[in-house]
Amino acid sequence: MFCRHWLGGPLALCLGALVHSAMAVPPRDPADEKTGGATTVYATGRNAFSFPLANLSDEERTRFAIGNSFFRRNWVEAPASTTARDGLGPHFIARSCGGCHVQDGRGAPPDFRRGLQDQPIGLLLRLSIPGVGEHGGVIPEPTYGDQLNNAGIQGVKPEGLITLRVKPLKGQLPDGTRYTLLQPGYTFKDLAYGPMSPHTLVSPRVAPQLIGVGLIESIAEEDILANAREQSAMAGPIKGVPNRVWDAMAQRMVIGRFGWKANVGSLAHQSAGAFVGDMGITSPLFPHQTCTPTQKDCLLAPEGGHGDATEIDAETLGHVVFYQAALAPPARRNSTHPEVLKGQRLFHQAQCASCHRPSYQTGKALFPRLSSPALAGQKIWPYTDLLLHDMGPGLADGRPDFAAHGQQWKTPPLWGIGLIKDVNGHTRLLHDGRARNVQEAILWHGGEAQASRDLFARLSAAERRALILFVESL
Amino acid sequence: MNKRRFLQALSLPLWSTSLPVAWAQTALPDAPSVSRFYAQLVHANYEDVLAAGLALKQSIQAFIARPETSGLDAARQAWLLARDGYGQTEAFRFYGGPIDDDKGPEGRLNAWPLDEGYIDGVKGRPHSGLINQRAVPISKASLTRLNERDGEENIAAGWHAIEFLLWGQDLRADGAGQRSFEDFVTGKAPNADRRRQYLLTVTDLLIDDLRTLVAAWAPARRNYRHAFERGGMESVRKIIVGLGSLSRGELAGERMEVALNTQDQEDEHSCFSDNTHRDIVNNALGIENVWLGRYTRRDGSVLQGPASLRALVATKDPALADKVSQQISLSVQKARAITPPFDREIIGGKDAPGRQRVQAVIDSLVQQSKDLVDAANALGITRLTLVKP
Repeated sequence: MFCRHWLGGPLALCLGALVHSAMAVPPRDPADEKTGGATTVYATGRNAFSFPLANLSDEERTRFAIGNSFFRRNWVEAPASTTARDGLGPHFIARSCGGCHVQDGRGAPPDFRRGLQDQPIGLLLRLSIPGVGEHGGVIPEPTYGDQLNNAGIQGVKPEGLITLRVKPLKGQLPDGTRYTLLQPGYTFKDLAYGPMSPHTLVSPRVAPQLIGVGLIESIAEEDILANAREQSAMAGPIKGVPNRVWDAMAQRMVIGRFGWKANVGSLAHQSAGAFVGDMGITSPLFPHQTCTPTQKDCLLAPEGGHGDATEIDAETLGHVVFYQAALAPPARRNSTHPEVLKGQRLFHQAQCASCHRPSYQTGKALFPRLSSPALAGQKIWPYTDLLLHDMGPGLADGRPDFAAHGQQWKTPPLWGIGLIKDVNGHTRLLHDGRARNVQEAILWHGGEAQASRDLFARLSAAERRALILFVESL
Repeated sequence: MNKRRFLQALSLPLWSTSLPVAWAQTALPDAPSVSRFYAQLVHANYEDVLAAGLALKQSIQAFIARPETSGLDAARQAWLLARDGYGQTEAFRFYGGPIDDDKGPEGRLNAWPLDEGYIDGVKGRPHSGLINQRAVPISKASLTRLNERDGEENIAAGWHAIEFLLWGQDLRADGAGQRSFEDFVTGKAPNADRRRQYLLTVTDLLIDDLRTLVAAWAPARRNYRHAFERGGMESVRKIIVGLGSLSRGELAGERMEVALNTQDQEDEHSCFSDNTHRDIVNNALGIENVWLGRYTRRDGSVLQGPASLRALVATKDPALADKVSQQISLSVQKARAITPPFDREIIGGKDAPGRQRVQAVIDSLVQQSKDLVDAANALGITRLTLVKP
C-alpha cells in the first residue's frame, strides 16, 4: 500500500516503509481538535496564545491575571519609585518576560535585511566552555557566564553585541523544485570585559511559545521514558533519549522537558532561571546576581531587593509560574479539511509521528501549588516525545547540555505552529529561527530524521503541501 | 423565521403583494439579522470615535501652534471625550476582528501599561525616551516600527502615549499628571520641537487606525463587515466571545484584579489622567450596548433595534435573557459607583470601602461572564475562549 504513493521511489524504500508496521496510519481521533482536552480555547488572532485554560476556576483566573501582570510588565532599574518591579539588571537582555515571549509567543532571529542594526529580540546566545560542571551541567564561560547579556543598566556596560551572518544553502528536491535554506552564523563584537575563552561553545536559542507548558509539565516521566524504550526496540534510525537535569525547585535530578535541549525540568526552574539570567531579577531559587569576578561594574551596581528579600519574592514568582502553567493551547483549525486529513496520513507515513508523538493523557502536577487541577487527566495533543534526537551536523550547535550532546535537540511540540503568524507576525522555526516556514524546518531535519526528511522530499508538490497544511493546523 | 408562517404567506392570494402586518411584526431575530444589527452598531460606535478623534486632533493642532495652558486643557478635554466612545468599542475585541486580527491596530491604539521612559524623560531619567534621542526619526512609519519593540510595554503610539504627552507622569497622590505646557515650548524644555512633532504624529497615527476600523465595518462590498454579516452562528459566537473576554479577562482581571493585588498606581489603565473610572464604566457600557442592541451616539441619538443578542437568546430561553440583562446592568451600575480617582480607590485593607466598590464590579463581571457562557450554550454555541468551569 505504501509503495503506490512513492511513484518512482526505489523498491528498497517501499520495503523499508512496510517494515515499520508499528507506524501504520491510525484512524483520526476527532478529539484531536481539542489540543488540550478540556483546557482548550477556540482562539485565533493576536491574542491566541494568551487565554487561560478554559476550565480554570474563578480564583485561578484572578491568579492568572496577577501572574500575567508580572510577566508582561517591564522591570525597571533600582532604585525606583515603583517598588513592585524594580531590580532590573545589572546585566539583562530584556526588561520583561513578555519582551522575548511577545504575546506569550515565539521570538525570531534579528532581521538585518531591512537595515535594522539592532540586537535580537527574543533570541539569546548560551555560552559555555567544554567540560562538565555542577550537577552534570555546563561550565559557564569564566568571564561572560552562561549567556551573553547585550544590555546593562546605567553605569554598567553591556557584555557585548551580537552579529549575524547568513549563508544561503541552495538545494533541489527530487521533483526539481528549488529551495534555499539559510544557515546563520553568530559572532560577537564590542566585548566589554576582555576576550572570551578560545574554546567557548555558543548556542543561539529563540524564545519558544508558551501555550500548554503546564500540560507538558503534567506529562508523566514514565511516559517519556516509555517513548525512549519503544524507539530503542523499534527498527530504524530513530533512537530518542531523555535528558536528565538538575532542578532548582525540586532540588534533585529530573527528566528534562523544557528548553531546546530539554535542559530544564520544571517551569519554576525555567522561570527563575530566566528572571536572573535574562533580566537580572533575583528570586529565592536563584538569589545571586550572575556577575562574574571580572565584571566589577556589575558587582558594584545597586540591588533591587529590600533588606534580605530577593527582587522577586516567592509568592509573586509562584504567580508568574502559575500564569504560564495556565496558558491554554488553542484548538486546531481546519482539522477536517480533506487536504489536512491527507496531510495527517502522510505525516504518519513519513514517520514524523515517531518523534512528534501526537498525544498523551496528563497526570498529576509536579508542584501543585504552582499548577492547577485543571491540567490533570487531560487528553492532550502536543506532538512531541520530549526526547533528545541527533539531528545531524547541519543543525548542530556543538554545545553539550547535561546529557544532551552537541548534535542533539529535543523534539519541540508542534501545537500552535500555525498560529505563530497571527500572534507574532512571523513563521520562523527551529532553535535559532533559521527556518522561514514549515517546509524549510522539515528540510533541515538530518541525523535520525534524515530518512523522514527524504521521504518528505520525495512527495509530490501536492502531498508536501498537504503535509504542511496538516502541521499548520495543529 | 417561522417556517409555518412562511408557508402560510406563500399561500396568500396572488394579488396580495404586501406582507401581512402581523407577520412583519413577529419576524424573530436570527443569526443574520443579529449580525447585521451588530455590524451597524459597531460601525456607528467607531464612526463616533473617529469624529471625536478628529476633534482631538484639531485641539492638539491648536495647542501645538500656540502652546499655552488653555490649549493644553482643551486638548485634555477632547481626549477624555474621545475616550468615552473608545472604551465602549472594546466589546468588539478578542475574536480576531478588524481591531485585533494579525494586522489589527489594537497594539498601536490602546496598548497599556506603557513604560513612560520609552517615550520621554521621566523623574530620575530626564534624558530617556525616543523624544530625547535626536537620532531617532519621528514619523508614522518609525513610531509604528518602534511600537512594542523589545517588549509589550515599549509603547510608542496610541491613546496612552497621547495621554502621557498631555498629562505627564502622575507623581502626586492627590491628582493626575501635571505636565506643563512649557514642555512643548522651544527653549523651555529640551527637545520641545520633537515633543511637539511626536504629539502631532502619534495623533495622526491614531486617526489612521480609527479610519481603518470605520472602513472595515462600513456597509461595503468587500470588507470584514460584508463577510461577518454572512457568517451565521459563527458571527454570533464571535460577538459573545468579545463580550465574555472583555468581562472576565480584560476588565475584571487585567484592569481591576491586578490593581487590587498590587495597589500600585502604575497598574491603572489611564494612570496619567486618572480617568480609569470612566474607562471601567465605558467598558461595562460597551458590553451592555451589544447585549441590548442599544447604543447612544455622540450626538445623543439612540441607535437601537429588535435584532439584539438579547432578543436572540430570548427566543430560546427568555428567563436566561432577563438574567443576563440584569447582571450586565448591575455591572454598569456598580462601575458607576467607583469613586475617582481609581488609584486611591484601590488602596487599603480588605475592608477599605473603595476596594469593596471595585471588588463589587469584579464580582458582577465574573458572574456576567458565566451567564454569557450560558447564553451561548442556549444558542447551541460551545466553542468559546471562556468555558464554564
